[in-house]
Amino acid sequence: MEDKISIALAGNPNSGKTTLFNALTGSNQYVGNWPGVTVEKKEGALKNEESVTVTDLPGIYSLSPYTLEEVVARNYLIDERPSVILNIVDGTNIERNLYLTTQLIEIGIPVVVAINMMDIVRKNGDTIDVNGLSKRLGCKVVEISALKEDGIIEAAKVAIEVAKSAKKTVKHIFSGAVEHAIAHIEEITVHNLPEDMQRWYAIKIFERDEKVLAQLGIGEETLSHIEHDIVACEKEMDDDAESIITNERYEYIASILKGVYVKKNEGKLTLSDKIDQVVTNRILALPIFAIVMFLVYFISVTTVGTWATDWANDGLFGDGFHLLWIGDGEYNENAENYANSNTVINGFIEWSESGGENLDLLKDTINTENDYFDAENAKTALQTYLFSLPINAVASYTVVDEETLQESVETATLEDLKNAINALIGYDFTEPDPASYGVWVPGVPVLVGNGLEAINCADWLSSLILDGIVAGVGAVLGFVPQILVLFLILAFLEDCGYMARIAFVLDKIFRKFGLSGKSFIPMLIGTGCGVPGIMASRTIENDKDRKMAIITTTFIPCGAKLPFIALIAGAVFGGAWWVAPLAYFTGMAAIVVSGIILKKTKLFESEYTPFVMELPAYHMPTFKNLMHTTWERGWSFIKKAGTIILLSTVIIWFLTYFGFTDTGFRMLAEDEVDKSLLAVVGGFISWIFAPLGFGTWQGAVATITGLVAKENIVGTLGVVYGVSGSAIQAISSAFSPAAGLSFLIFNLLCAPCFAAMGAIKREMNNWKWTTFAIGYQTIFAYAIALIVYQFGLLFTGAVNVVGLIVAIILTVVLLYFIIRPKFGKKEAKN
Amino acid sequence: MKTLKEVKVGQSAVVVKIHGEGALKRRIMDMGITKGVKITVRKVAPLGDPLELNLRGYELSLRKADAEMIEIE
Repeated sequence: MEDKISIALAGNPNSGKTTLFNALTGSNQYVGNWPGVTVEKKEGALKNEESVTVTDLPGIYSLSPYTLEEVVARNYLIDERPSVILNIVDGTNIERNLYLTTQLIEIGIPVVVAINMMDIVRKNGDTIDVNGLSKRLGCKVVEISALKEDGIIEAAKVAIEVAKSAKKTVKHIFSGAVEHAIAHIEEITVHNLPEDMQRWYAIKIFERDEKVLAQLGIGEETLSHIEHDIVACEKEMDDDAESIITNERYEYIASILKGVYVKKNEGKLTLSDKIDQVVTNRILALPIFAIVMFLVYFISVTTVGTWATDWANDGLFGDGFHLLWIGDGEYNENAENYANSNTVINGFIEWSESGGENLDLLKDTINTENDYFDAENAKTALQTYLFSLPINAVASYTVVDEETLQESVETATLEDLKNAINALIGYDFTEPDPASYGVWVPGVPVLVGNGLEAINCADWLSSLILDGIVAGVGAVLGFVPQILVLFLILAFLEDCGYMARIAFVLDKIFRKFGLSGKSFIPMLIGTGCGVPGIMASRTIENDKDRKMAIITTTFIPCGAKLPFIALIAGAVFGGAWWVAPLAYFTGMAAIVVSGIILKKTKLFESEYTPFVMELPAYHMPTFKNLMHTTWERGWSFIKKAGTIILLSTVIIWFLTYFGFTDTGFRMLAEDEVDKSLLAVVGGFISWIFAPLGFGTWQGAVATITGLVAKENIVGTLGVVYGVSGSAIQAISSAFSPAAGLSFLIFNLLCAPCFAAMGAIKREMNNWKWTTFAIGYQTIFAYAIALIVYQFGLLFTGAVNVVGLIVAIILTVVLLYFIIRPKFGKKEAKN
Repeated sequence: MKTLKEVKVGQSAVVVKIHGEGALKRRIMDMGITKGVKITVRKVAPLGDPLELNLRGYELSLRKADAEMIEIE
């Protein structure tokens, strides 16, 4: 039986590698991460050739030991030894692309070079002599156009052939002195390794590659012997060993390209150059950037993204939706009219009652929930009531906003009441049914609920399925449409080449906080929703910058936190205008401060890596590739983040809907949260929040339900404080301004919702880092909230001495972390 | 010593030596900035840093602080 063939796809970023991979494997791919790291790994079976696997290596420029991507690629090639390397080379940028090729050839695995974008090379009037290049490189060279899928199958066939013949030639490309030293190293250190691997190891030893030296564990004596050779060579060439090798590789490339590669229009501006002159222009760059960011936000958050999320959450996983939105406007208008009419009538009745009238009979007659309700009677009763009022009557009454629990006083005239009564009569006292307008598609919970009812399912089981599982699945899938919209836009920005320009334009500002210019996008998206925000971090290529973005993105208040901010502003601060801006400011400050603090810790310690970034030529992405990338990323969110979101939702469901009551342990109704297990848990842990000013079970429970979704905080507070009378007044008296502010800040900064935690897990691809991220956020939130509360007490004249001391200590610690020197900096100086 | 940082926008220079060491130097050289290569400074970013360079037929961005390590003729 012949061995299974594996093709490793290697090449520079922007060389068309992903396009080639998609063309080679079609939809037959598995996307994950390389073990334990944030780097994406893609594998797939070759189209029509199931036994051949293709592995897409990260896009890299070199096989140096310095970046995560390079190390991942190199470990794979050295440890897994694929049968053949298919090296994709951008024909329009051949010199730098062949630099990686010179390193791949040394590994001792057969290499096939596929020159991509040959159509553009020809269009520019340039020529590449493929046969000549093949002879000089000592490996097969084929021409392809990944975009047009030209020569793809042929390239794969050549690769398979080469893999089977297993013929490889290793060329000696360096100058005499270097080759001499390498030969010597080969002889005394690596002669016991397989023959085809010897040269690669020898060159790495010559370069003093720390990773290889550590791996081989060469003895002290041999090492000093080799060192002698290397130093002699370095002296002769007047450079360090690593640089000698790099230099000679480029010299070698220049020598083999002579006569093989002819460029026609040296120095003439291409279309891409002309676009770039406008896009990164000194004056226009920032306005253009602002416009692009506005469009990204407008499409992915304000318009399409919100429509998609609303449809998924309120439609598909809510009551239902109107197919193609036909009849939707009309229904909403009627539903609103119906609700408003009820509000006016109830308001009037409330106003009359406050004047001492007893209208219980009227209320009973018009209560549509009564079994004996009769529309005719209700009509008569309401008209009688209308005529009993003076003609100039103006009622004022309180209306509670369901979303923010905000109370407002409204007034209505007798004319309004008349219209409202007529409207209800027009609707025959029945709420407009969405199914009577357009084509109504009921939501999943409705369908499932009906099904469960039909089979007489036990209450607890149907609640588990509806409020636990279906709601959990809905929480996962509800984000998907918006994520897809965002990923489509990001894929477009990445593929067309603009993403690199964003980093170019913003680098100066962001590097001050230890962030990359590309960190802007996760934060911007994070103002809408943290989940796609976290996932947008994958466009950042540096691993540490990426992790930093993942940890800090959810500090920015997302859309779901807005009702909560409004609630606190209204209930505790009398609707003060500055609460919302303060929330955003706190989020941004948290990002900047965390950036500074974390960059100085050992975890983020890194050798200074230069910002050396290719600015790829602009080009129009293809629809097919955009769709591919978008779907792939969306699917990986469902798979990787889905489990954790679903599980957490089910657990919180259980805690919320079950509890010990007078009648024993049973399932609870929605307004019995105070009896639930969650309330017990809240009571147990409430002491933790005492130093923050909200050490009550209510505060603790609201914080926990906020983990399911941040907008739940408002709903929960409404239930736990609304048991008797106005929730907003109860909240208002339960939270002092200092406690309210601390409660707000803690819930804005602490661990995000489960969906966002799932996204963090998906992107970190590592439990340790996920735990660190969530732990850091929560501890940071706790410290800031404590400082705010205790100093708040000081200013309101109710000092808690112990608390204040702790707050001062925390402030000092925080300041120390901000201003202390970088980890490892001191030692480096000695 | 004249460095790449001093080259004006639109002008070109030939690299003589790359200073520095380790990851930083290797990364710069990996991208093709090696002895004898001709580099054209295309433009400066709107906020004054980094630079956009053209070398070996492609565009590269590099911070001024790093450009200072590249000695030119």
